[in-house]
Amino acid sequence: MSLTVLVDMDACQGYACCLMEAPGVFDLNEEVGKVMLLEPHPGEHQRDVVEAAVRTCPAKALSLAAPGDRAIG
Amino acid sequence: MDRVVIVGGSIAAVRAVEGLRDLGYKGRLTLVGAERHLPYDRPPLSKQALVTGDLSATRLHDRAWYDEREVELLLGTPATALDTEHRQLRVADRTLPYDGLVIATGAQPRSMAMVADPSLVHELRTLDDLARIHEAFGRSRRLCVVGAGFIGLEIAAAARASGLDVVVLESDPTPLFRHLGADAGAWLGRLHERHGVDVRCGTSVSAVHGRPGAVRVELRDGATLEVDAVVVGVGVRPATDWLESSGLRLGDGVTCDESLRTSVPGIVAAGDVASWHHRLYGRSMRVEHWTTAAEQGRHAAATLLGEMLPYEAVPYVWSDQWSARLRLVGTTTGADRVKVLASSDTTLEVVFGNADRVLGALCVNAAKRLVVHRQAIARATPWQDLTTV
Repeated sequence: MSLTVLVDMDACQGYACCLMEAPGVFDLNEEVGKVMLLEPHPGEHQRDVVEAAVRTCPAKALSLAAPGDRAIG
Repeated sequence: MDRVVIVGGSIAAVRAVEGLRDLGYKGRLTLVGAERHLPYDRPPLSKQALVTGDLSATRLHDRAWYDEREVELLLGTPATALDTEHRQLRVADRTLPYDGLVIATGAQPRSMAMVADPSLVHELRTLDDLARIHEAFGRSRRLCVVGAGFIGLEIAAAARASGLDVVVLESDPTPLFRHLGADAGAWLGRLHERHGVDVRCGTSVSAVHGRPGAVRVELRDGATLEVDAVVVGVGVRPATDWLESSGLRLGDGVTCDESLRTSVPGIVAAGDVASWHHRLYGRSMRVEHWTTAAEQGRHAAATLLGEMLPYEAVPYVWSDQWSARLRLVGTTTGADRVKVLASSDTTLEVVFGNADRVLGALCVNAAKRLVVHRQAIARATPWQDLTTV
């Protein structure tokens, strides 16, 4: 059972908190100052770091889809 | 435990509410906020909201969110006293009993002793402060900002972007000198000067006279500034006045152990008000930044419910000034050596440490580098191994 990460690109401000918490899931496009999603469906074993990335995003640009949500990220 | 009270109205308090309910706490839950507003996010106050007056970026949860989680909101009524013996909190004319308490009252601006008439200067901490300063921007041509810290520089940039002439006064040799050292401080000073901000360091204010709208700022070197408005950003202090007679151990804020427990059972603290033992750094620290406040709010909730884990996250703070995206990971407090790894007109990368280890790193327009720096800090990498970072 994998997770589904949703990104609000308009909200993202390039704070880079997500890549510090979960470097295998998120990267940063330094040119435009926006997040790049490396792994839209991280495994359950990455739940803790992905949830930390969601919580620590100052721009509130990240969320985890609830089970049953249609992935748009 | 079936009666928890959270004191505070910002991100730490909100994350404590979320944490308690997420972790299954089903008892009574009351949030006591000094301001009349629903709990809100403070970082935008010195940034885009100051330019536009648009408060949408400060919003957290609406009232329905609290209703759904059965959270009682007591807003506009600061807690005035705490009786830890009888487990009672004084709020306006009410006495609230509790069996679990989260202290998240944050910090309050330091005032300048030489300002006889407080109506002559603005401070920026609250939504109401923001409304006053935004209005002052609209009827001012010339602004004086006292203090070139994060808040002062952000206010200066916002004012300049709003078309004002801006003078920044700083007593240290560079902006953010104590926080980031001379190299990064001078770099930031040049950045603001390129955008037309008059940055004057090594100077301090001796007196402030006049009336609102026509203020005279006198400097110790004899110079005088005539400005329309003055904003002071000379730091904050933890909001603990209401705890003086509580019996709680206070020092630099509310003294906590590594898992955010205070000296009294059943009471935890989080955010700017909390001084806790950080295991990674091996000392007490108090952090006045959003990420720590947010994460500690949730962590303190877990601790209150009996999960005794240390809070040992590496601190982080950001500040966007003009084209510079500043991101600082770790801490610079206690650093006695600095190494500039990269510096250009547009980017900057500086590492801070002591004889033993890497303590913190500043990246300006180089945020990808934060990942390796944070790992080095979290592993207590020796300073002499820095070249391998």
